Amino acid sequence: MAAQDVTRAQESNKTSPLYDPRVRSIFFQVLLVLLLVLGIWWIVDNTIENLRRSNISTGFGFLRGRAGFDISTSLISYTSDSTYGRALLVGILNTLVVAITGIITATILGFLIGVARLSRNWLLRKIAMVYVEIFRNIPPLLVIFFWYLGVLAILPAPRDSIGLPFGSYLNSRGFYFPRFIWEQGAWLVLAGLAVGIVLTWFVARRAKVRQLATGQQFPVFWTGLGLIVGFPLLGFVLAGFPLTLEFPQAGTFNLTGGFNVKPEFLSLYLALSFYTAAFIAEIVRAGIMGVSKGQSEAASALGLHPGKVLRLVVIPQALRIIIPPLTSQYLNLTKNSSLAVAIGYPDLYAIGGTILNQTGQAIEIVVIFMVIYLSISLLTSLFMNWFNAKMALKER
Amino acid sequence: MQEHDMTWVRTEMALAEPPPRTEAGLVAWIRKNLFATPLDSLLTVFCALVVAWILPQILGWSIFNAVWTGTDRTACLTVDQGGSLPVGWSGACWAFVNAKFSQFMFGRYPIEERWRVILTAVIFVALLAPLLIPRAPYKRLNAILFFAVFPFVAFYLLVGGFFGLPYVETALWGGLLVTLVLSYVGIVVSLPLGIVLALGRRSKMPIIKLLCVIFIEAVRGVPLVTVLFMASFMLPLFVPPGMTFDKFLRALIGVALFASAYMAEVIRGGLQAIPKGQYEGADSLGLGYWQKMGLIVMPQALKLVIPGIVNTFIGMFKDTTLVLIISMFDLLGIVKQNLSDANWATPQTAKSGLVFAAIVFWLFCFGMSRYSIYMERRLDTGHRR
Repeated sequence: MAAQDVTRAQESNKTSPLYDPRVRSIFFQVLLVLLLVLGIWWIVDNTIENLRRSNISTGFGFLRGRAGFDISTSLISYTSDSTYGRALLVGILNTLVVAITGIITATILGFLIGVARLSRNWLLRKIAMVYVEIFRNIPPLLVIFFWYLGVLAILPAPRDSIGLPFGSYLNSRGFYFPRFIWEQGAWLVLAGLAVGIVLTWFVARRAKVRQLATGQQFPVFWTGLGLIVGFPLLGFVLAGFPLTLEFPQAGTFNLTGGFNVKPEFLSLYLALSFYTAAFIAEIVRAGIMGVSKGQSEAASALGLHPGKVLRLVVIPQALRIIIPPLTSQYLNLTKNSSLAVAIGYPDLYAIGGTILNQTGQAIEIVVIFMVIYLSISLLTSLFMNWFNAKMALKER
Repeated sequence: MQEHDMTWVRTEMALAEPPPRTEAGLVAWIRKNLFATPLDSLLTVFCALVVAWILPQILGWSIFNAVWTGTDRTACLTVDQGGSLPVGWSGACWAFVNAKFSQFMFGRYPIEERWRVILTAVIFVALLAPLLIPRAPYKRLNAILFFAVFPFVAFYLLVGGFFGLPYVETALWGGLLVTLVLSYVGIVVSLPLGIVLALGRRSKMPIIKLLCVIFIEAVRGVPLVTVLFMASFMLPLFVPPGMTFDKFLRALIGVALFASAYMAEVIRGGLQAIPKGQYEGADSLGLGYWQKMGLIVMPQALKLVIPGIVNTFIGMFKDTTLVLIISMFDLLGIVKQNLSDANWATPQTAKSGLVFAAIVFWLFCFGMSRYSIYMERRLDTGHRR
């Protein structure tokens, strides 16, 4: 034994360091780092030289400069006298608005279509399939253009607006609907909502404790709905109906008053929702099909009725399969919102592009893009990971 | 021995009874698939109404009411708009697509040189078709020709500038030509680069792993528009003054880098799915790293992730439309540019042009996805029954 070890040790000593994997790995990594450092040094050197030649200043000081351009859609107050930094903030908010509304609509639409694809009804199944196959296979930019140039741009001019229910109008300048104007005392409604939510939370907890202890169930859903709707209503009545509606009025050339959703936003929002919904539908379908049939059969055998089988057995398991790919679809939607630039919706990318044209500071703008898009991505995936962990199988 | 009385034994088989009326045939199928429950019936009626409302409109717009020929916008205008069609007419203006068709295909490529593009397309199809048909022989030679020789031939034919062919600058390219060139280059570059990045990300060397992770996550975290933007505005800053990059080349670099980050993640998924025993088996046979990966792991891993790879291809094909934003004219870009042609300005022009582009994109993407399903079934050597 000992003799063998000795010979083996001698043998390994004899192998040349050329063939030692550790030596090789260190060598390659050092080589790579050297090449990388040289490359970066070359790039930085060239960049400095180029910037010096074209007289472009560096640094983020430009963010405090006067923007000088107008933005059509803005959530916060903005004029052309505001700073570049504020313009970028407007862009970030616009990106977030499109992303969030798009995600909500796409999720609802996607779940409906995904369930429809699994329906026993042949016609419904085929319609859902046609929808998915059409929208999965055309570029999102084309869908955006279709809504913007093909549908919304040829709507009638403001003077022949199409009247819709609830005093809203549709014309080539967008969608108009009544604006809510809250008067004094409106805080009572908000307070009522908060009280309702807190009470529902307590009721749900008590009901769960009681069910675990005694097995008796409590209609949490209806109670909660009553509390959450009832308290704000109570507040509304107590404060003396503090709400007036401002209806859009037809003027000679345009509609005045009311709340106006611009066609740029509408087409981006509709296109992104319709496009992403097709992908979400496929994810939902795969998720539900991934729950083995034995699960729902066993649930039925326990005497649960079909609605409860779906709610208590199938969906919780399907969600585990659905959530990770759903997260990446949400991220895709957020990133696709940068297509806004093609139709002139002022999102982060469009405003950044305008600023670049005015200041020429390409590197700073790209850094800002990277940081903001990466942090939106990271925040979304952190949230979805948290949700995923909450939904994950609890194994002992 | 007792004699058996055979009179009670039947000598010919009884004919099978037809299945119950309620279980077979058209009526039963309809009952089972369309009217199983009251809710089902309601849904069916609702869906049928929707289809009956939409389908005639779509068919009427695209076929029966459409204008197929014409020389300018008056062909697609109603009487009150200055044309000859009845008021309230709504139909596709295919005459517009017809008139602009060669632009949609070639962009502003010089007309007398367009045979070069057509020749390239013919070679492309002639090499691609046998590659896609599993039974066609000479696969290896075919693949070498398609992936290694064809790019050079295509470059010579499309760009020219030597051996007697006049030079055509890429600024003149456009239409489907640009879409296909971008996607072909994207695919040919992103697959090997994606494999290298995926291997790097799973490598045991910490620095290489770190660099690959940073690259992949940074590219995947930002929209393609930003990557294209970087490629078109920052690449010129990175090279010595005086050296210029072709705009088309910059877009190509952007698309290829973007696609390879996504490809790397798909391939990494395949690598992770290969059981450890395969790696160890290869090690115990004394194979080196590249032999192990090339002969044992990669063939299995790539086969596993064919759907993912094709999905990435489809995604990239669709993403090539974004070069429009850095003002290059791919198919969608050239359609959109032609929409503003005053000679063809009608309310139906935009819809017609965009629907045409949608059909072209749809055909390519749908074809790719069907082919990937076919391949997946063919390569499925698993033990499923």
